[in-house]
Amino acid sequence: MAAFDEMGLGSDAVRPAYRALKIWLDSAPPELLDLRRSQAEHFFRRVGITFAVYGDTQDTERLIPFDIIPRIITQEEWTKLRKGLEQRVNALNAFLRDVYGPRECIRAGVIPADLVDRNPFYRVEMIGQKVPHDIYVHISGIDIVRVDADTFYVLEDNARTPSGVSYMLENREVMMRLFPELFAEHRIAPVDNYPDALLATLRSVAPEAGRRNPNVVLLTPGQYNSAFYEHSFLADKLGVELVEGSDLYVRDDVVYMRTTEGPQRVDVIYRRIDDDFLDPLTFRPDSALGVPGLMNAYLAGNVTLANAVGTGVCDDKAVYSYMPEIVRFFTGEEPILKNVPTWRCREPEALAYVLDHLPELVVKEVNGSGGYGMLVGPHATQQQIQAFRKKLRHDPAGFIAQPTLALSTCPTFAASGIAPRHVDLRPFVLSGADGVRCVPGGLTRVALKEGSLVVNSSQGGGTKDTWVLDA
Amino acid sequence: MLSRTADHIYWTARYVERAEFLARILEATLRLSSLPSNYGGAGTEWDSAVLTSGCAAAFYKAHPYADEHNVREFLAFSPDNPSSIRNCLAIARTNARAVRTALTSEMWDALNGAWLELRQFDNKKMGREDFARFLDWVKNVSLAFDGSAYRTMLRNDAYWFSRLGVGIERADNTARILDVKYHVLLPDTEQVGGSLDYFQWTTILREVSAHTAYHWVYRQSVQPWLVADLLILNRQMPRSLAASYDTIVRHLDLIADAYGRRGPSQRQARAMLDKLASARIEGIFQSGLHEFITDFLRDNNKVGAAIAEQYLI
Repeated sequence: MAAFDEMGLGSDAVRPAYRALKIWLDSAPPELLDLRRSQAEHFFRRVGITFAVYGDTQDTERLIPFDIIPRIITQEEWTKLRKGLEQRVNALNAFLRDVYGPRECIRAGVIPADLVDRNPFYRVEMIGQKVPHDIYVHISGIDIVRVDADTFYVLEDNARTPSGVSYMLENREVMMRLFPELFAEHRIAPVDNYPDALLATLRSVAPEAGRRNPNVVLLTPGQYNSAFYEHSFLADKLGVELVEGSDLYVRDDVVYMRTTEGPQRVDVIYRRIDDDFLDPLTFRPDSALGVPGLMNAYLAGNVTLANAVGTGVCDDKAVYSYMPEIVRFFTGEEPILKNVPTWRCREPEALAYVLDHLPELVVKEVNGSGGYGMLVGPHATQQQIQAFRKKLRHDPAGFIAQPTLALSTCPTFAASGIAPRHVDLRPFVLSGADGVRCVPGGLTRVALKEGSLVVNSSQGGGTKDTWVLDA
Repeated sequence: MLSRTADHIYWTARYVERAEFLARILEATLRLSSLPSNYGGAGTEWDSAVLTSGCAAAFYKAHPYADEHNVREFLAFSPDNPSSIRNCLAIARTNARAVRTALTSEMWDALNGAWLELRQFDNKKMGREDFARFLDWVKNVSLAFDGSAYRTMLRNDAYWFSRLGVGIERADNTARILDVKYHVLLPDTEQVGGSLDYFQWTTILREVSAHTAYHWVYRQSVQPWLVADLLILNRQMPRSLAASYDTIVRHLDLIADAYGRRGPSQRQARAMLDKLASARIEGIFQSGLHEFITDFLRDNNKVGAAIAEQYLI
């Protein structure tokens, strides 16, 4: 299956957006490229992304590999993506408002009730509750894949605590330092306003916004969390306190943080810990990461949690399969971004088809993430396929299946030289009381192994800078 | 600023200071122990080092007696000693890492670099010379960290809390040297200059890096009561109790001014400084050097607790 290469690698015609880059790559001496690659790695080790792990042998976390060849998206392509993302995120918010409220979409038969009610991320505590400004998903990461010149698909929605935005920002930072001449030759839309956009979004959703200067904090599980670097990086860029659960306490349903000047009221919590750990009085009683009483303060409307509690329903891959209907139902528009065609194994005919075609399909757990628990049929052994056949028969509702997409490729440095590698894209979409914001581009993830379709960093994926060319 | 942030900054500074203190204790002890025994006292210098470091209980639980070998290992490298140099640097780095963005990158580099380099030192393969080089390295780490703080930090509460950490730790360390060695400073029948204790006095001076300073300040040969004066009352001597309290009071005042509120820590620290400023060394000897030091250690701990209570928790 020949994949579409975004530069035109392997064909005669270089695609227009990549013309200048191709000329530069062809003319740059190999030593220079090697030098730049090692400088990039040095940069990440020194200032950036790995300080939490740099040199650690006890907690061995790797440096996520960075590929210096950028991925380029035209303004026209981006405009369409952006509109589609905006539409989708608005639909996600409307959907959550509905499933925790009037449940009209269920009554109208848009989505089966049990997919909502039996979803492990559906929070009964949120039923009938109002969240500040009616917004549930403030920060989302919508994973997009491309299969040809014109077709983009949404692969999955991440509506809980999507990560990776620090890589988007640091990748751009290192590229601007190492390749100023390329930036001079291209008109590349900047991304460094993301922290400002995020702060504006978070401030806009404060309870009783406008009452006073809202106090925004970022809640982290702490320095041993694998994303701690991102938490501390973002808090620094936002200019807000990076707090742990023990820094906060609740009195009379109001959240305070302990400061050297005494208690200070907290209005908005950008939380990077999962629902389960937020409040030991409501959720897991053994959680030491959360804040006792936080849920009461939240439900009393005295603090905004971003994202809201219970947004994980949207991350479910079975719910995902209904997104086209959900978009139509709530926006009254045709979905701008397509879903990957999906077989819901909970439906008998679909299951029968999937069982007959396992070697050519991708099978995913409905609640899986991180590239774990999935079968890539064409790359699987007989045993793996047999094992999945058993799993599917045992728990059909736990799985969905999709055709194996020929994900687009981008030229990438490999041991053999520059070679095509499969990529995806995670744009970060912000929803505030004052509208939707989305900085151009996002995080491009690349599967560094030849032929591999799995881009997750936990499975040997790397990242690239993503350029949206200005008109 | 978050109390936890201030707490991490404060303890980072304290642990770096403590690592340096241990390095100086070990350095002075090595020197003393290399003198012929009729100059160095009764061969108890390694016991003294253990006592001064403040981890005697843990040490004697693990070792029946103190010698160069086991004290070096315990004070510098042992993972079982929570206050070994290695653990001090590791704890300082853990604290720093938790508030990475509240420090400047220079401070972080100094500490993280040290922590990475630390692994190259293997006590088992170290002769005396290598060990001396290791101690130099520890002092340089502290200099680099403290120098980066001084040269690169904004002068706001983060900086002030780091100075408080240094001040409280220094006061504690200097007082502990005096607590263990006070008896050699007491007037006795030995003739000044010819005393066996002479090398004990110079060891004390070396432990606070003040051997040269002493001569510049007093312009006479080493006298025990002047050693005590230098370590307790001399405000020019950066590791003296009085100078430490100058630092503590100044930075507590800056914090109180910035926050618009004074509290118990300001009052207690000011009282300590006033007491040191009005004291004369003769008076201290008259009413008892040991009692003075014991009281000081207790009160210094109280100031530390007051700072924690007021700001850090």
